[in-house]
Amino acid sequence: MTAVRLSGVDMVFNPGTGQEVKALAGIDLAVGQGEFVSLIGPSGCGKSTMLRLIGDLISPTVGAVAVNGKTPSAARIDRDYGMVFQSATLLEWRKIRANVELPLEIMETDKGERRERAEAMLELVGLADFADHYPWQLSGGMQQRVSIARALAFEPSILLMDEPFGALDEMTRERMQAELLRIWSETRTTVVFVTHSIPEAVFLSNRVVIMSPRPGRITRAVDIDLPQPRNRETREDQRFFELLTSVRDGLRAVEDM
Amino acid sequence: MSAGGRRVLAFLGILTVFVLLWEGYKWMGVTAGGVWPGTSIELPVRTNERSMPHVWDILFALFRPARRGGDLLLWVLLRAALFTWRSALLGFAFGSLVGFGLGVMFVRSPLAERGLMPYVVASQTVPILAIAPILVVWAGRLSVPRWVVVAVISAYLAFFPVAINTLRGLRSPQAEASELMTSYAASPRQVLWKLQAPAALPYLFPALKIAATAAVIGAIVGELPASMPDGLGRAILNFASAFSAAPAKLFASILVASLLGIVFVGAVAGAERAVVPQSMRLDAAETPAAVQEATA
Ligand SMILES: Nc1ncnc2c1ncn2[C@@H]1O[C@H](COP(=O)(O)OP(=O)(O)OP(=O)(O)O)[C@@H](O)[C@H]1O
Ligand SMILES: [Mg+2]
Repeated sequence: MTAVRLSGVDMVFNPGTGQEVKALAGIDLAVGQGEFVSLIGPSGCGKSTMLRLIGDLISPTVGAVAVNGKTPSAARIDRDYGMVFQSATLLEWRKIRANVELPLEIMETDKGERRERAEAMLELVGLADFADHYPWQLSGGMQQRVSIARALAFEPSILLMDEPFGALDEMTRERMQAELLRIWSETRTTVVFVTHSIPEAVFLSNRVVIMSPRPGRITRAVDIDLPQPRNRETREDQRFFELLTSVRDGLRAVEDM
Repeated sequence: MSAGGRRVLAFLGILTVFVLLWEGYKWMGVTAGGVWPGTSIELPVRTNERSMPHVWDILFALFRPARRGGDLLLWVLLRAALFTWRSALLGFAFGSLVGFGLGVMFVRSPLAERGLMPYVVASQTVPILAIAPILVVWAGRLSVPRWVVVAVISAYLAFFPVAINTLRGLRSPQAEASELMTSYAASPRQVLWKLQAPAALPYLFPALKIAATAAVIGAIVGELPASMPDGLGRAILNFASAFSAAPAKLFASILVASLLGIVFVGAVAGAERAVVPQSMRLDAAETPAAVQEATA
């Protein structure tokens, strides 16, 4: 079954004004249930716009978006989405535990279950000991892990992640990628992941979608046939390097356009 | 030394400087005969006992009967201050609620903001001296106690900074935080109480401090047209008309009136320390900018 389907989607911002921007044109994309898909492409090619369309934060100018067989807004009201942004976006007046509980509070989960879920999620991202800290007492990478725990807390069927590891150093980043894959294999969520990093996209994904700018289009999709589970050895695999090269070639082609 | 200790010390230090300046100026005027030393240019303010009593005379005045055979001036003034504070407190509470409510309304409806904000700003340019008697006359038909009418006058001044800063505070969360709430399909009420209102607290408290002083001023001024005999307003008016005969009494009532304001603001600051974590507190300097921005 498809989790996300975009058909013939155009996105035009400020249509009919001097500031008209054609952000996306003729987008067709289907993401299967439980699939991990990365979007990669030069800055301004509409990756964030695509995530926001799927997540019902904006609506397409032309075309249709379907999520789990529903409209995006029905999916949002059914709480199908877990969002992770580039910045952790934690509420600074809430302790870590309360930040993870936030979506559960909004969904009116009862208190005992809320607490249990939050504890389990913090365990999952390795921050159980920091439940009673405030966000500013945590490093950037730890904060980002909290925001992942928060997104997973209510078991959304789709994770939308917009450059979540963009601000991290290389080592933390690789550790976070491994953790994300572990979580993904344990929860079997569908993930749409935006990144600028080729190795990150190849390491994480089932499929890497390459986009070109002005207007944003999908130019190519590369299937990543690396075996699961992926780990440190994966990054030294001959096939890993071949796939890096083919994604890089795809991006070069975009830049030469 | 603790932060609290340093604050007290700084306060006392500045107080000492004020006293020294006052007495130094007075001493200079008295020894040089009312002119700048070595010149024949007159001092801007006379330094005789009728214009500038000694600081200790002002303090002594507090501990002498206000009128022959009556209570000490200090008790008279403190009673008046307490009486005025009742109106100021009610006005502060009422004004803050109205201000907060307006902020919430404006953040929800840009149309309401565009339509009403000019009136909110204009309300503060109308002199309170003109509004107060009108309110008193209007309330005359209703059987509202007069100190409550004074509270309404005080609320009229207090609501403004709270409305402006509440609005600014409710708008302070970054776009991604609002989008996060949207992605959870949170109701407008949940967005208000779980995101916007907590984010507004650091903006709200500086405004509440301004509102506290405005409420005191509003109550003192409001007592005059309401012809309240028991408050600070009447006391100040009385001592002002007797200024040339007994100047120390007017200065003493100024001292007590500002003490009232300081205690009030101090209470709000205490609440701020209890409610807003240190890492979220704003620089006090940000508030005037917010108010200026909104009135511009
Ligand atoms: N709300 C908006 N109003 C007007 N134009 C917008 C808006 N959001 C995005 N755009 C435009 O749409 C285009 C795509 O933007 P988008 O943020 O999706 O790019 P991106 O691929 O995520 O880039 P980056 O890698 O830098 O994050 C850009 O030209 C941008 O200026
Ligand atoms: Mg982006």
